[in-house]
Amino acid sequence: MKSSTTVQVPELVAKLGEGPDWLAERRQAAFERFRALGFPTTRDEAWRYTNVSPIARTHFRSAEPDWARAVSLLERAWVGESAVRLVLVDGRYVESLSRMPQQSGVRAMSLQRAIEQNPELVRAELARLAVFDNHAFTAWNTACFADGAVVIVEPGRVLDGAVHILHLSTGGSEPVVSHPRVLVLAGRQSQFAVVEEYLGPDGQVYLANAVTEIVCADGAVVEHYKLEREAQQAYHVAAIWARLGRDSQFTSHLVGLGSALSRHDVVVILAGPGSEAVLNGLYLVDGQRHADYQTLLHHVAPHCQSREDYKGILAGAGTGVFNGKIRVEPAAQKTDAIQHNKNLLLSREATINTKPQLEIYADDVRCTHGATVGQLEEEQLFYLQSRGMSAEEAKAALVVAFAGEVVERFRLAPLRAAVKGYIGEVARTL
Amino acid sequence: MSEPILVVRDLRACVNGKPILKGVDLTVYPGQVHAIMGPNGSGKSTLAQVLAGHEIYEVTGGEAIYCGKNLLEMKPEERAREGVFLAFQYPVEIPGLNNMEFLRAALNAIRKHRGLEEIDAFDFLNLVQERARRLGISEELLNRSLNVGFSGGEKKRNEILQLSILEPRLAILDETDSGLDIDALKAVAEGVNTMRSPERAFIVVTHYQRLLNYVVPDVVHIMYDGRIVQSGGKELAEELERRGYSWLEETVGSAR
Ligand SMILES: Nc1ncnc2c1ncn2[C@@H]1O[C@H](COP(=O)(O)OP(=O)(O)OP(=O)(O)O)[C@@H](O)[C@H]1O
Ligand SMILES: [Mg+2]
Repeated sequence: MKSSTTVQVPELVAKLGEGPDWLAERRQAAFERFRALGFPTTRDEAWRYTNVSPIARTHFRSAEPDWARAVSLLERAWVGESAVRLVLVDGRYVESLSRMPQQSGVRAMSLQRAIEQNPELVRAELARLAVFDNHAFTAWNTACFADGAVVIVEPGRVLDGAVHILHLSTGGSEPVVSHPRVLVLAGRQSQFAVVEEYLGPDGQVYLANAVTEIVCADGAVVEHYKLEREAQQAYHVAAIWARLGRDSQFTSHLVGLGSALSRHDVVVILAGPGSEAVLNGLYLVDGQRHADYQTLLHHVAPHCQSREDYKGILAGAGTGVFNGKIRVEPAAQKTDAIQHNKNLLLSREATINTKPQLEIYADDVRCTHGATVGQLEEEQLFYLQSRGMSAEEAKAALVVAFAGEVVERFRLAPLRAAVKGYIGEVARTL
Repeated sequence: MSEPILVVRDLRACVNGKPILKGVDLTVYPGQVHAIMGPNGSGKSTLAQVLAGHEIYEVTGGEAIYCGKNLLEMKPEERAREGVFLAFQYPVEIPGLNNMEFLRAALNAIRKHRGLEEIDAFDFLNLVQERARRLGISEELLNRSLNVGFSGGEKKRNEILQLSILEPRLAILDETDSGLDIDALKAVAEGVNTMRSPERAFIVVTHYQRLLNYVVPDVVHIMYDGRIVQSGGKELAEELERRGYSWLEETVGSAR
């Protein structure tokens, strides 16, 4: 059964005619696909444990920025040694809050502007990787995005400091939706980090439906960080797609701390021989919150390596889903893939559904996976208490320690301490 | 003599319903070092853990008074903040918890309780580095996860480092000397000796006379089957070393 999408039609129609013809065509196709698909239900295998009816039932309006809220959210954002800061408020680029690159070899701008200034490049890559044939939310985003961010790094460039893309949702008196869109094009042998951070005001009900596409040319070394720090009442749905050229290295660090309901689809296509992917993830749910992580490492080329480690912290009556798929095509001989998912359950009511999914069509490969679910250890708690920490402090310290391994993998040192702090803030309330 | 730091009377404790401590009596005064010796499984660690407040042990009788307060009613962290310190026989490993950050959090928890301000990051670093150097603990060890990948000796030295930073009034050392080579043993002993003061007391649990050559005890107790069956001066440890625990079993066994 398909859910009704009629409530979104006015929003859709408004966007369809915008931009150049090629974009209008893509939007139209996405729109039709979204209409045909409707919202997924728990009868869809990929959505078995995530019921999006709270989203499907809600009449979302297009978000209109609330500037006072945007400014106060800015104060909570990561202030690191970023080379560039692009600020998007409700999915639209805001120049006055952003900081442009001083270095040569990197172009960072709004999607609107990129379409005007680099039409061929954007046309070649936008909405190519993130296929929407069977993903309604990606189709919705593609049909409706108002704006977004584009980062283009020239071949051979090594950037000093990260590109920080800050997505602020400001909410409204009624539920609102925005469709942040990000395109990252890493030139041959370029090397840099992108930090995408999502923030929203507490108490607001909104949906951020984001799509990020990252294209790594041969030999590029790209680190993508995503900090999902949405409001506790918010909905966050996101797809992250990356395509890896020959000998390129891509790392996705994904930290999910907010949202009432969140869903991430991370797809990495190891298309060039010798490419390497690392998926490093951490999710934390408490209260009645729900988070769903679906990752796909798609080994297409031979001699590629993937390492995946996702850690989950589940408290209160929180629920988590981890589905880690590794698909090895017949040509992808000598694939070396390792996947881990480790979960820490802090209460009896919390649940995690964890499932590895291996689809291997090549014979000379090494693929291993493992999932664990554990609790805090009494001996560790007692040790910390015996040194003067209260039971709550000890618990928070152990939660942060559990998350520590994920954070320690960040190559951006200034982000490590900041993210430990964000995790600590939440951990103290568990 | 001044007031005792610790008075234990007829202390009884069970684990999973099984009695382990069967009536322990012990009085410790400021400035003293008490050694507790005894065969494997006699309840030495249980006594240490009960005094530190481990909840797996159920106290079924008796009392423990620390500086005039009922120790058994206090939470483990309250005991620590009031100045009780246990150097664990088996220090736990906590991956992801930075050794030095943890030590600073512990020190600040204790300072806060004493009405002091949080220690300045720079002062703390200096303090830890100086103490660590004396104990032969490398910088690299300070920056690792707590006890993760530490050798047995490194774990024990790290316990003594904590002791020297947290400056407790009552320090209980549970087999801190086991598995140490002679250099480590000397470093640990020196760490303890520099901490000895008229206000502070130590309870040193050990199997061997060896440590007591360096940390000379005022009183030696022998624990057997959940009780302290004999107490004496430092000669008692020497006698035990010479005659072995089988001698003890004979004497205690025949006395029953
Ligand atoms: N957590 C526990 N669970 C079950 N049994 C325990 C536990 N702790 C101690 N015991 C039992 O209590 C008894 C005393 O143990 P304890 O560790 O106190 O002895 P010990 O004198 O410290 O021995 P050792 O010299 O080997 O360290 C032993 O029989 C031991 O098996
Ligand atoms: Mg013991």
